[in-house]
Amino acid sequence: MINLFLRRLMYAVPIAFGVSVVCFSLVYLAPGDPLQTILPSDASADTIAMVKAAYGFDKPLPIQFLKWLGRVMVGDFGQSIATRRPVVLEVTGALYNTSVLALFAVPIAFSTGFSMGAIAGCFPGKWIDRVLTGSAVLGVSLPNYWFGIVLVIFFAVEAMVLPATGMGANGSDQFNFLRWSDARYLVLPVITLSMVPIGIIARTTRAAVAEVMNQDFVITLRAKGLSETAVIRHVLKNALPQVLAVMGLQFGYLMGGSILVETVFTWPGSGFLLSKAIINRDVPVLQGTILMLALIFVATNLLVDLMQSWIDPRIRRT
Amino acid sequence: MSSPLVEVQDLNVRFVTRESTAHAVNGVTFSVQPGEVLCILGESGSGKSVTLRALMRLLPANKARISGSIKVDGQDVLALDAAGLSRLRGGLVSMIFQEPMTALDPVYTIGDQIVETIRRHKGGTKAAARARALELLELVKIPSAAQRLDNYPHELSGGLRQRAMIAMALSCGPRLLLADEPTTALDATVQIQVLILLRKLQADLGMGTIFVTHDLGVASEIADRIAVMYAGRIIEEGPVADILANPLHPYTRGLMASTVHGQSRDRDIDAIPGSPPDLRQLPPGCAFAPRCAQASGDCLTAPPEPRYPAPGRMARCVQVSAKTPEFA
Repeated sequence: MINLFLRRLMYAVPIAFGVSVVCFSLVYLAPGDPLQTILPSDASADTIAMVKAAYGFDKPLPIQFLKWLGRVMVGDFGQSIATRRPVVLEVTGALYNTSVLALFAVPIAFSTGFSMGAIAGCFPGKWIDRVLTGSAVLGVSLPNYWFGIVLVIFFAVEAMVLPATGMGANGSDQFNFLRWSDARYLVLPVITLSMVPIGIIARTTRAAVAEVMNQDFVITLRAKGLSETAVIRHVLKNALPQVLAVMGLQFGYLMGGSILVETVFTWPGSGFLLSKAIINRDVPVLQGTILMLALIFVATNLLVDLMQSWIDPRIRRT
Repeated sequence: MSSPLVEVQDLNVRFVTRESTAHAVNGVTFSVQPGEVLCILGESGSGKSVTLRALMRLLPANKARISGSIKVDGQDVLALDAAGLSRLRGGLVSMIFQEPMTALDPVYTIGDQIVETIRRHKGGTKAAARARALELLELVKIPSAAQRLDNYPHELSGGLRQRAMIAMALSCGPRLLLADEPTTALDATVQIQVLILLRKLQADLGMGTIFVTHDLGVASEIADRIAVMYAGRIIEEGPVADILANPLHPYTRGLMASTVHGQSRDRDIDAIPGSPPDLRQLPPGCAFAPRCAQASGDCLTAPPEPRYPAPGRMARCVQVSAKTPEFA
């Protein structure tokens, strides 16, 4: 198992490196010059050259990349062009805010989606399957920002039982875990964010469970006289690796934050930060955020990989 | 004679879908004595596996319609509730499947799967069940059994997997063993080893056994009696030696003619012409009549009634008593 972990970790390193190359170069592939936003439109050629040199934009790209990578390795992502604050603070702050949402959305979405899918998969074609699969399709299909706005209209504007926006009593400043009343600010964004993962996980689980249910060994389990509960436990364990793969992706998406949902609820998370960085052409922030999110994806995939091979030993061999 | 272990009377299984109804098993009647091996012989689609699964009610409840009567050790299987059925399965009756590759759960170890069965039926601690599982693996002659206990099915060869499957089936001391082509998926050399093992265990433990196969050679190796199935009916039944020496039904004769038995190499094997009938539209008469060289007008009107030309022998063919004077 430790061997396996080290091997998978070694696979992750080149992936992370590739990701960093893509992150770095994406910004140069995008149209527009990042310096335009901070330089006055009538700046002289000397000034432009000076600012370019100050930010290191005058060097050849490979050199810029290596220098950037060297700094990134020690946690220095540079300075935000828009706010002049260190990128690390911007990114970690935003990631923290998003992870507050994810902390609640992940368990809710994963357990609900998995249960719905498991029940539907055990009774394929029955009315309960139709109802659950139907709701899952609805969850995936409804645009979640629209759903968020509808929730705001019902619970904040009409019923006035929940706050419409912000992270707590101090507005969009800081979420405080120790202040119970701040929990009310979580309800609507967490529900809104959970919709899509619930739908996707429910459908994946249903498909996996229904497929395993049709396998020969399920007849053997019944022929052994096992109770239906015990049979379902076997089936779920067999279906789990497939579901975990999808859960890993959904976890990554939730950590990436939803630009639209975070905008609807003015929740200053990573999606919100990304959209701001794009609009301002804030290259260092963009690079830092994308890289961090990509690394979270890589780490999640590594974890999913290990969990899968722990559950299904056949995966270990490949 | 003691009361039979298995008594099946007029068993019918139909698979009903919206489009059609397949008559998989049509009026099957047979019995098995304690300790006896009955071989059900037939080609694919003859209803032999369906009959076997019906004995444990393993057919999908929403599609299969079962009628008739099945008694195992005096219990009416078709009338059992869920709890009774769960006690019967794996306890009184257990089953070995054709494909050891797919019939074992791939994400549980062999040991766990046996332990689980033992604890379901006999209770007891995990350690005791594990000790028993080890005994069973040794009983079925799995080498280095203690390590195999912690192996997953994919880590074992086909033959070992089938032995593990047999160990699991024997774990709770069943009185009736159902074997659904247990050697078909194995290599020829492994096949004979598993067959010999099964025959020995069956005799040692005194289990009544129903062994389903399409392989005449396997049947002659293991059976006390043979029942030949065609299109969901038993068309001939009798002691193994008698059937092999003197098949009565034209289909059984055709089966024997179509095996390799020392013909000269340049001769084609005598295959039975035609193919088995569509189970969704069975002919009104003898299902074999369209392929039978001796078929007459009588064969086409109604399925022939069973005839008993000798003690313990049965055949469903209109020509039987007339054509076999030595039994008359």
